[in-house]
Formats: sequence, C-alpha cells, structure tokens
Amino acid sequence: MIDVIKSILLLTGASFMLLAVVGLLRLPDLLTRLHATTKAATLGVAMVMVAVALHFAEVAVVARAFGVILFLLMTAPVAAHVIGRAGYFVGSRLWSGTLKDELRPHYDPITHELRSGLEGDELVEGGLADTAEEANSPTSPADDGDRSH
Amino acid sequence: MLDIVIAITLVMMAASLCLAFIRLVMGPSLPDRVVALELLSTLIVGMIGVIAIATDVASFLDVTIVMALMAFLASIGFARFLERGGPRDD
Repeated sequence: MIDVIKSILLLTGASFMLLAVVGLLRLPDLLTRLHATTKAATLGVAMVMVAVALHFAEVAVVARAFGVILFLLMTAPVAAHVIGRAGYFVGSRLWSGTLKDELRPHYDPITHELRSGLEGDELVEGGLADTAEEANSPTSPADDGDRSH
Repeated sequence: MLDIVIAITLVMMAASLCLAFIRLVMGPSLPDRVVALELLSTLIVGMIGVIAIATDVASFLDVTIVMALMAFLASIGFARFLERGGPRDD
C-alpha cells in the first residue's frame, strides 16, 4: 500500500517537473517562464519529498524532508519575485500579446522612480509634465552615468 | 514495482535536466538563463530525493538542503548583479 502511494507521488512529482521544463522551453516571455517554473517545480519537489518521508518513516528523515519542503515554499516566491523585478528593470521584452502592463505608466525607467498616481496637486501638475518631457527627451549624461553605475 | 517506478522517474528527471539545459544555453537574455539555473537546481533537489529512496541512504537529504540554499543565494546574487548593471543583453 505504502509502495503504491510512494509510486504515485514519485510519478506525479516527476510529471510536474517535466511540465515545468516544458513551460520553460515553450513559453514566450521571462515572466511567463517564471510563472511556469516556480510553481510546478516546487510542487514536484514537494511530492518527491513526501515520498521520501513515507519511504524512510523515521523522525529525523521526516523532519528533514518537511524542512526541505518548507524552505522551498518560502524561498521560491522570493527568488521569482527578485528575478522578475530585475528582469523588468533591466528591460527584458514582454510578450507581444501582453494585454496589460500596469507598471509602465507609473514607472520611470530613467530615474528609476515609481509613483502611485495619488500624489498632491502640485506634484500631479508639475511632476507628470516633467516625466512626460523626460520620457521624450534622450537620456542626459548625468542620468546615464548614474544608471550604468 | 518500486524499482521500475524509480527508473521511470529518473529518466523523466534526466530528460527535464536536458531540456532545461537547452534553455540555459539558448536563453535570449541573462534573466532567462538565471531562471533556467534556478529550475536546474530545483530539479537536482528532486533527483537527489529519488536517489535517496533508490539507495536507502537518508543522508542524501542533507545534500538537498544545501542544494536548495545555494540555489536561493545564487538567484538572489544574480538579481542584485543585474539591477546594479550587468550586461543588458547578451
């Protein structure tokens, strides 16, 4: 009985990992690739680790297996968020079929500043006009040096 | 029966490693390669778990913990490096 459960867990875990890799290969975009790999691969490893815990059935091994699962569940979203953020700021291209990019109107890639759109009146009048000019004008040398640093 | 299942699982994981390596080699930008590296180490964690079952050696689990920790630190480091101005497009 335990063998059957272990086999099912192992096979589904490996299938999820294979699915994650197929997503990594086939999806068109950095963010969609992140979306495919992070969740599916974490679920696959969690299933394999549950199978390991069932196989050994000792306290020390079960604790370590669940420690691995907990660690992966905590670190995978953080790593995905950090990589996606860095990729967006570096300027990796989004998929051509992207319908909505809510960060684009609020984020200024030259000054690396993010605004909420809820600033005071003088900021809305002065600041937004400034950013519109900045977005149209080429990068000034000072900004360029600041960014490449 | 478990032997056959372990063999099938290892074959699937080896195929996954090869496919992830393809993306690692041809990924158009550096963040794509970082994603492939992260997935590669996650796959290795799962593979070591399967090998622990196959060989009945529970100490392999320590290796998986170290592997997961190193992968996390590596991806964080790559992301910091990218934001501070690594190669934009390679």
